[in-house]
Amino acid sequence: MNDSTKFTRLPASDDDRAEPDRATREAVLDFWETRFGVPPETFDGHTFWERGKGKLWCYRGEPPSPVDVEALGMTFLRTRQEHWKPTLEAVQRFGEHATECVIHLSESEAEAFVAGYDQELDWDGDWGYLVVTHDLAGRREPVGVGLYVYGELRSQVPKGRRRDLDT
Amino acid sequence: MEPPERYRAIVDDFEAFRAACERPLPSAIRVNTLKAGVADVRRALDEAGVSYEPVDWHDELFVLPEDSPGANWPYFHGWIHGQEEVSAVPASVLAPEPGERVWDACAAPGSKATQLAALMDDRGEVVATDNNLGRISALRTNTERLGATNVAVTHEDARNHSLKPFGGAEYDRALVDVPCSCEGTIRKNPDAFDEWSLSHVRGISGVQKDILERAVQATVEGGTVVYSTCTFAPEENEAVLDHVLEREDCELVEFDLPLDHRAGVTEWEGAAFDPSVRLAKRIYPQFNDTGGFFCAKLEVGQ
Repeated sequence: MNDSTKFTRLPASDDDRAEPDRATREAVLDFWETRFGVPPETFDGHTFWERGKGKLWCYRGEPPSPVDVEALGMTFLRTRQEHWKPTLEAVQRFGEHATECVIHLSESEAEAFVAGYDQELDWDGDWGYLVVTHDLAGRREPVGVGLYVYGELRSQVPKGRRRDLDT
Repeated sequence: MEPPERYRAIVDDFEAFRAACERPLPSAIRVNTLKAGVADVRRALDEAGVSYEPVDWHDELFVLPEDSPGANWPYFHGWIHGQEEVSAVPASVLAPEPGERVWDACAAPGSKATQLAALMDDRGEVVATDNNLGRISALRTNTERLGATNVAVTHEDARNHSLKPFGGAEYDRALVDVPCSCEGTIRKNPDAFDEWSLSHVRGISGVQKDILERAVQATVEGGTVVYSTCTFAPEENEAVLDHVLEREDCELVEFDLPLDHRAGVTEWEGAAFDPSVRLAKRIYPQFNDTGGFFCAKLEVGQ
């Protein structure tokens, strides 16, 4: 049973799975690699946990499962919907390893993205969730997650994280 | 008698102390080394047109004389975190190492918990506890923005902290930065003295004793506990240490602190404390142009 108050560790693969709708570690690693080109070994040392329906967390530790706490590492991925969706936090932390489905924005485009605005932009790759990057201090730094459909990059920056950075 | 007047007897240059309490304090930031290096942050602040000044005792801290930390790119990316200089002291003194298990007993809003995670290079386990759900949400926001993945958050009263969710293992180190009367934050919060009362000081001192006792009990033999407050009241500082030294198997130990400070006081209003409380350190605002702070390091008995 899925308990919405406790964190349950994801099974390693389909063979270990007791709960039919729960994602597996194998599937999570495959998603990051297939969609974004993030090598699976990026997550060596991390464990994945579900609390509530389809809300996955990434933790650098191995407590006994299930564990009844308020938070375990960072929110990481939304599953149990048609297209899995990484969180802004996960992309900021691990998105530097992404090589595919990465859209690079100019300074003014990045500012609009962080302020929560949707923008018409050219993109010749797959539609869906993209890693959004911009230049910061000489680095290509992941800003967050955008949804690209119908010629438009839709900002997925959560309301509480939006900022007006136009300086 | 109310602060700052009641501390005339224990502060050397009392007029300088009182004057410093009336000066506002600029914002300060800590570099979040989980996401960026000091050079990266300098360059990003330059690009954002934010002026900053280094802090001589700690490479990863900067003072922002003109800005608040929240409205620029490096903040959005979690490269920096708004944190007062003295607030960075206890985690530095605790000095956890990668792979250790650490308890942050009163963790919200998370400046120190994320500093612990950074000192541990995000390896090992930081169990961050708070008893207030509203403050826990701030703690969670901060751990996520800063990208710490080795922090687990528990909602409970630190006095009754349970080791069960994590299999019963004790901690290598514990940080006990307790709720206090906050006198040392007067330069940031001009209301701090208005809300002060001796009965609050006495009441909260009981809570502080119980939390520190629990931390000593939950730490392995030979492990380290750091006790800190942002207040000057000996009732909340040396008296708490004295109480726990008497009841638990632990002792105060010496530590280096590259900030100007004074030793803990061994007498206050007729009470005499264990002489070793001298090893605790008092930071007054006039010494380093910071907030006020108190910090002590304990070793759990072998």
